[in-house]
Amino acid sequence: MKGLSVLAAVLIFAGGAAPSFAGVVDDLLVGYKALGVADFSAARGKEMWTKEFKSAKTGKTISCATCHTTDLKQASKHAETGEAIEPLAPSVNPKRLADPKFVEKWFGRNCKQTLGRECTAQEKGDFLMFMRAW
Amino acid sequence: MKNRNVLWIALLGATLTAGLAGSAWSDDDYRKFKKGMRGGPDVAKAENPAYVKECGSCHFAYQPGFLPSESWIKLMAGLADHFGDNAELAPEDQKSITDYLTANSADKSGQKAAVKIMKSIKTSQPPLRITQTPYFVHEHREIPLKLYKDNPKVKSLSHCNRCHVNAGEGSFNEHEVNIPGVGRWED
Ligand code: HEC
Ligand code: HEC
Ligand code: HEC
Repeated sequence: MKGLSVLAAVLIFAGGAAPSFAGVVDDLLVGYKALGVADFSAARGKEMWTKEFKSAKTGKTISCATCHTTDLKQASKHAETGEAIEPLAPSVNPKRLADPKFVEKWFGRNCKQTLGRECTAQEKGDFLMFMRAW
Repeated sequence: MKNRNVLWIALLGATLTAGLAGSAWSDDDYRKFKKGMRGGPDVAKAENPAYVKECGSCHFAYQPGFLPSESWIKLMAGLADHFGDNAELAPEDQKSITDYLTANSADKSGQKAAVKIMKSIKTSQPPLRITQTPYFVHEHREIPLKLYKDNPKVKSLSHCNRCHVNAGEGSFNEHEVNIPGVGRWED
């Protein structure tokens, strides 16, 4: 009996510790809240996803969808190089949103590239809500 | 050309028979034979995992032996504006990857392509692009623009691995070229 409950505890612990996008996203959201953001919205994230900016570097029009498309369950291509990009939706690609360092690195690169500046904590949280909803 | 191919097959066949009979082939020779690789690699393979991961996400992870140290140092110092894209790294990766690239750059390599690239660069300001080194330009001068620039499966000469089927192995022999939608290169 005692053995069983230990086993159950181990199983629960292992389940909780396994890398899952839900845990990673939640942790990131907690971090953004600590910076003063009140609430996050998938709808705002969606709107921002297709918002077009004019790149100061290349003069071209660019949005998140330029490389990731608007169907996050599909593989896509980097608009300049044509390199394959695996689907961003964690529901079909469990490797997505599973490593906070990786997520922040690409937010850093992609926000500067697309918006011409870093994304705010609010914007990053909205994007995560949008991506997770797929 | 046909005759040359027949000769190659005959030669390879003979070597294989000899190899099987005498077991004179090393594992490495056999691997090259299976992949259709001819001769040794033109540059050393890119084997640093951090490099391949960080610098291989938007394009082919170019072997460090394709550019001199000076080019790599300059390129690594400007990742915020990297040929129009943003490729910034975490500070620790920035340092380890710069060290890896400069320790294995063209000026420090003995492989064929690395030596030829170094010889071809005559200015004190080497280009940041492999595709702008004189050796590269010379080797690719006969390929019509329409086979890459107007070919959506290739896009530009910067995407080595789309034509050179053994690019990842560091082998760029002209007989191992297969241009997407076009086919093998015969000159
Ligand atoms: C110029 C092309 C390009 C644009 C524009 C772009 N991205 Fe990306 N993005 C990439 C590439 C390349 C990767 C990494 C590819 C991979 O991991 O397969 C990536 C990865 C990511 C990741 C990491 C996901 C994970 O955990 O694996 C996030 C998050 C992301 N992008 C969000 C965005 C957002 C938000 C925008 C708009 C502000 C955007 N991207 C615009 C090319 C782009
Ligand atoms: C966010 C995407 C991205 C990442 C990450 C990235 N690159 Fe690039 N790189 C590009 C683009 C875009 C080009 C221009 C391609 C073109 O002109 O078709 C390029 C071009 C290059 C070229 C010139 C190729 C030529 O034409 O000869 C080199 C060399 C290069 N990158 C090295 C690196 C190194 C080293 C790293 C890692 C520190 C890296 N790249 C990471 C996007 C990226
Ligand atoms: C459009 C397809 C294509 C692309 C892309 C391409 N190459 Fe090539 N490359 C060729 C062809 C075809 C030849 C042989 C040309 C000839 O013999 O006239 C060649 C020749 C070479 C050679 C000389 C090989 C020998 O046998 O002497 C080297 C080295 C080389 N390429 C390296 C590269 C590198 C590095 C890149 C990427 C930065 C690259 N190539 C991109 C098609 C391509």
